[in-house]
Amino acid sequence: MALEGLRCKECGAAYALDARYVCEECFGPLEVAYDHSGLDPDEARRRIQAGSAGIWRYADFLPFAERPPSWRHSLEPGLTPLVRADRLARELGLGEVWIKNDAANPTHSFKDRVVTVAITKARELGFDTVACASTGNLANAVAAHAAACSLRSFVFVPADLEEQKLLATSVYGTRLVGIRGSYDDVNRLCTELCEARPWAFVNVNLRPYYAEGSKTLAYETIEQLGWQLPDRIVCPIASGSLFTRIGRAIREWIELGLVEGRVPTFNGAQAAGCSPVAEAFSHGWDACRPQRPDTIAKSLAIGDPADGPYALDLARRTGGGVDSVSDEEIRAGIRLLAETTGIFTETAGGVTVAALARLAERRAIDPTERVVVCITGEGLKTLDATRDSFAIAEIDPTIEAFEVEVEATSPLPVGAR
Amino acid sequence: MTVTVKIPAQLRGATGGEDELEVEGATVGEALDAVFDQHDGLRQRITEDGGLRRFVNVYVSGEDIRFKDGLETELDDGDEVQILPAVAGG
Repeated sequence: MALEGLRCKECGAAYALDARYVCEECFGPLEVAYDHSGLDPDEARRRIQAGSAGIWRYADFLPFAERPPSWRHSLEPGLTPLVRADRLARELGLGEVWIKNDAANPTHSFKDRVVTVAITKARELGFDTVACASTGNLANAVAAHAAACSLRSFVFVPADLEEQKLLATSVYGTRLVGIRGSYDDVNRLCTELCEARPWAFVNVNLRPYYAEGSKTLAYETIEQLGWQLPDRIVCPIASGSLFTRIGRAIREWIELGLVEGRVPTFNGAQAAGCSPVAEAFSHGWDACRPQRPDTIAKSLAIGDPADGPYALDLARRTGGGVDSVSDEEIRAGIRLLAETTGIFTETAGGVTVAALARLAERRAIDPTERVVVCITGEGLKTLDATRDSFAIAEIDPTIEAFEVEVEATSPLPVGAR
Repeated sequence: MTVTVKIPAQLRGATGGEDELEVEGATVGEALDAVFDQHDGLRQRITEDGGLRRFVNVYVSGEDIRFKDGLETELDDGDEVQILPAVAGG
């Protein structure tokens, strides 16, 4: 296995493997190109299975030519549970549904995957300072991973972010900067700062490497399904990076013979209050029109998604789609997942479950399909979405009070048998 | 109108290293045309079929021109027109 370099996704121009993300010929995005010629799929699977219990087991498919152990810092994300969700499936009239619970990562979201790869690359390239533009989960991950490997960090977020996400960033000792504006304003500022500071912005100048980390979510899912593919993947879309890299990872492994079958149907999930990809999908556009986000799903509130065109292409090519759901459906989605699976997700997960419910409702999913739902973050980070959604039975400490006021009014769980 | 057009690092190979240019133009499209007149190499890098390529963002005083009138967006004297890559973030 060899790394070829960076390559423009639009025009194919080649670049060295350094801190760059834009093609100078056509302004297109760069991605990492590999040469896997001569790869023996059985040997590749054995190497994976003999690897560590985290994303580095997929090191042959990550952008590093050499990986001295010292570069691997200690948080070791990945190998999160893939949980069969039969009660959720029954509730929605579906056959086989699996939850990939990426809230079970060190900082409780899938962002630990991308940040681990980006920060390892930052160290390899000799940076002493890392930074990011974040809607919250990335902020947590960059701050934590920078602390874990003694790098200085600057984390830029919209100032109106959820308090939980601000706390779970600042605790790691980063320099947290709240910008008066939307995520897209934060992103523009970071794009400008990236030119003026010799720092590794994980999702700007290191974005080609960062994006590679998302592939590990797909690799794990395939491995956890016994080296099989799902028929359908339902995944949230913010910038579209995760969504499209899951697609890329699956294509890569099919082409290399690590798994057999066809690329699954890809369904994207967005919040109605920030749905540039869903809007473009429904209008048949091949690019997104930017929006000004207004949704409780702040982790998905990217009005100008960098990978929008590619996300549209993936959804169309696989016969899938992109749905957008209301804030009310998001809250209901959080609750449905929690009540039927025991998994408490943040608003982005509520968006994803609500999109699954939409697909089920319009019978877009055949009951014989195996569906994997990507739950990307943790419910404790977006408590406002569930606040006031429940009642506590407050009673006197007597058995009679319990029997009359609680037991008599307590139904069996949703979907229970 | 005299405006300043800021050139991102990735495009300075086409402007002889210049990071900002002062040009005349009543709209964003006119200002960009004036820039292309000075540095023809820029035109093919960021435009396609008369419009901007899909990974090019242009801002006037910090505002994405797609929230305004696109290339028809009118300019005031002293405005700053900024070209940035659209492939960051998320």
